[in-house]
Amino acid sequence: MREGMPSAIAELERRIGEIWGVGERLGLRPLPVHFEVVPATVMYEIGAYGLPGRFSHWTHGKAYQVQKTLYDYGLSKIYELVINSDPCYAFLLETNTLLQNTLVAAHVMAHADFFANNAYFAETRRDMVDIASLHAERIEKYEFTHGKGEVEQLLDAVLSIQEHVDPAASETSTRRRAEQPRRPSTPYDDLWRLEERSRGDKSGGEERQAATTPAEPMRDLLLFIHDHSPILEDWERDVVAIVRTEMLYFLPQIKTKVLNEGWATLWHARIIRSLDLSPEEHVEFARLHASVLQPAGRRLNPYALGYELLCDIEQRYGTEHLFLVREVESDVSLVRNYLTEELVERLDLYLYERRGDELVVVDKDWKAVRDRLANELGGNHIPVIVVVDGDYRGNRELYLRHVWDGRKLDLPWAEKTLENVYRLWGRRVWLETRSDDGTDPLILSYHPREGHRQQR
Amino acid sequence: MFTLAIRRDDWSLHRKGAIDQARHMEKVKEAIKRNLADIVSEQSIITSDGKRLVRVPIRVLEEYRFRFDPEAGRQVGQGSGGTQVGDVIGRVGNGRGPGVGPHAGDEPGIDYYEAELTVDELGELIFEDLELPNLEEKRLRELESEAVRFTDIRKHGPFANLDKRRTLRENLRRNAWRGRARIGDFSNEDLRFKTWERDIKRESNAVVIAMMDVSGSMGTFEKYISRAFYYWMVRFLRTKYDRVEIRFIAHHAEAKEVTEEEFFTRGESGGTRASTAYELAFQLIREHYPPDAWNIYPFHFSDGDNWPSDNERCRELAEELLRCVNLFGYGEIRQGRYTYHSTLMHTLQRIGSPKLVTVTISEKADVYQALRRFFGPEVGREVARA
Repeated sequence: MREGMPSAIAELERRIGEIWGVGERLGLRPLPVHFEVVPATVMYEIGAYGLPGRFSHWTHGKAYQVQKTLYDYGLSKIYELVINSDPCYAFLLETNTLLQNTLVAAHVMAHADFFANNAYFAETRRDMVDIASLHAERIEKYEFTHGKGEVEQLLDAVLSIQEHVDPAASETSTRRRAEQPRRPSTPYDDLWRLEERSRGDKSGGEERQAATTPAEPMRDLLLFIHDHSPILEDWERDVVAIVRTEMLYFLPQIKTKVLNEGWATLWHARIIRSLDLSPEEHVEFARLHASVLQPAGRRLNPYALGYELLCDIEQRYGTEHLFLVREVESDVSLVRNYLTEELVERLDLYLYERRGDELVVVDKDWKAVRDRLANELGGNHIPVIVVVDGDYRGNRELYLRHVWDGRKLDLPWAEKTLENVYRLWGRRVWLETRSDDGTDPLILSYHPREGHRQQR
Repeated sequence: MFTLAIRRDDWSLHRKGAIDQARHMEKVKEAIKRNLADIVSEQSIITSDGKRLVRVPIRVLEEYRFRFDPEAGRQVGQGSGGTQVGDVIGRVGNGRGPGVGPHAGDEPGIDYYEAELTVDELGELIFEDLELPNLEEKRLRELESEAVRFTDIRKHGPFANLDKRRTLRENLRRNAWRGRARIGDFSNEDLRFKTWERDIKRESNAVVIAMMDVSGSMGTFEKYISRAFYYWMVRFLRTKYDRVEIRFIAHHAEAKEVTEEEFFTRGESGGTRASTAYELAFQLIREHYPPDAWNIYPFHFSDGDNWPSDNERCRELAEELLRCVNLFGYGEIRQGRYTYHSTLMHTLQRIGSPKLVTVTISEKADVYQALRRFFGPEVGREVARA
């Protein structure tokens, strides 16, 4: 912010006050929000890392470079970023016009309301910014003690399976866990877990051995590896736990992307329209709002999809129902429950596939589009992989199963990922999936001595 | 409830982004290095003017995870209205716009990453550990490249070297010390002079004689390969050595010296007599490059289809050359003919000199191997041991 800006800041502050008044009157109940006006560099850094002050890794550097390049060439600009925390941190780009910032503030207010009220966010840690900084410090410490290369390779492996966490797994993940008396849940549960861990370390190998097979197939790979890997050292387990904690924090955002953005778009429009703005600003707003809803090439625009869905829901079921949707739905349930034939038509949604070098539209049937959409959204683009056995063949080998839903795994990628799992498990790793047509089981396994194997 | 602030703090994250980006770039370079063999013989590079950016696709940096097969199945897309079944909405692979560094993939669900490098940057990676093998210090005409570096400040010196900025500062400091911070009343003790060191780099004389078969039997592939090799060789020599002379000889049934430009652009035809090239090389050495003053490196690229009657003559001349050169490189391009060597190759190999290094190239990726075979760090040691 340069000289002469304070008056603009004062004006923005006045407007945000007005926005808050309107929003609350219309029924929004947001978390408190702390706005900060920042230069573009800070903006794309936070965008690349997901959280300010997060740990160092080259994949973040890659994301950072992409963001920076896109920004430098004027191809894409992040107007706004909101962090789900209490208070929420919202970042405004310093080059935004007053009207852009006004729109963004209204948009942010709706996000903050969504974070506060959507069921999927009920368990997220609102102190994640601090936690992430502590994580970053610990990882830096490990880099100092064990070497940067060592930590990087470990992170490469952990991040490669970071999507495979399960918020429901924390309590009853394994037999050992299940047998323990349940305590009432408190924010300090992780302290108990530390205690359990040190106790577990002291107890003999026999008990550990017995616990290495989950009572039922378990979706949380990171937790299972954290608890039962035969080879990881304590600091390595901590890195697994760090990645898992942060992923659990991001998971609700992955699950509700369309709904959350739709919600924010709906409310920024509604709030801005009720503000007392000049005709020029109303025109600028209309232009901006339209650009938010524009289709992006053939890619699905989550803002547009969410916005249209929510508008339609309000029309059909009323505003009260709209607030219910904001509370209980995720992207998948939203699409399953509310996408209609008219909406598919209006949004011009279709299915396409690759034919030779061309991408060709192959289907416009609304049910086919809806079903496929439900498979792509809300984290459903991630295959479900479960731990079946941590003591496979009585040899502490790790046996994973891909839960078949008709979609084929990318086998070369699966093999590469298995190498990463091996890095964390240290014994032969197995992955059961199915062959192309889905009828026969196909079992991949990896051990560095024997390389990759496939058996049918 | 809300608060509003303008960020002025120093973000520690700010550094982090740059550091992680640097690490990422490092990994990109590592990845490129692993793929150098394929990149080196890339047509777009060899024919470029050297200033252009080169796009290098890097799959090594992929962040592997469990995912669904992106090739299989249908994806949801969104049009801007009125899309019909059967409409072509895009193309795979070449639908990319002008380069801006990293690209998001245009193909559905496929991420790839392209690095952009200048040819010079690429050269740096290729040449990193290459050297002229077996370089000797020759007793005559050692080249001195001299540079002057200002390295120190003294109180005495020629006025031409007065360091005005430091002199002013000393004057100000002295006046301030006396209680009046101003500039003026210069005295000798204020004066500061720059002094210099001479930087003398000794380099031995070296000449590279590049010989290329341009006869009719050299097909497009063979010519392309020899040009690719010489392209990088010339770049390598010019990058690493200030004073290396390069002479170009093109031959078919007879040899003649050509300019660099002709060497790289001209096509000829006719039969092949490699001995004519060796003879011309020998003549060049005799007239311009006495071996006691010069390190001499002849290289010859051919498909090996030499006139049989000429092979004996080639052997004699090669033996003679080997007596006065540091290393003689012979590269034979045999596309799809695997291990079968030509009679020329057999003839030369029979000489059995450690200074004679031969390479067979059967595909594009071998060009990089040839560079390493001739200029790699092991070559010098081998020759020296023999």
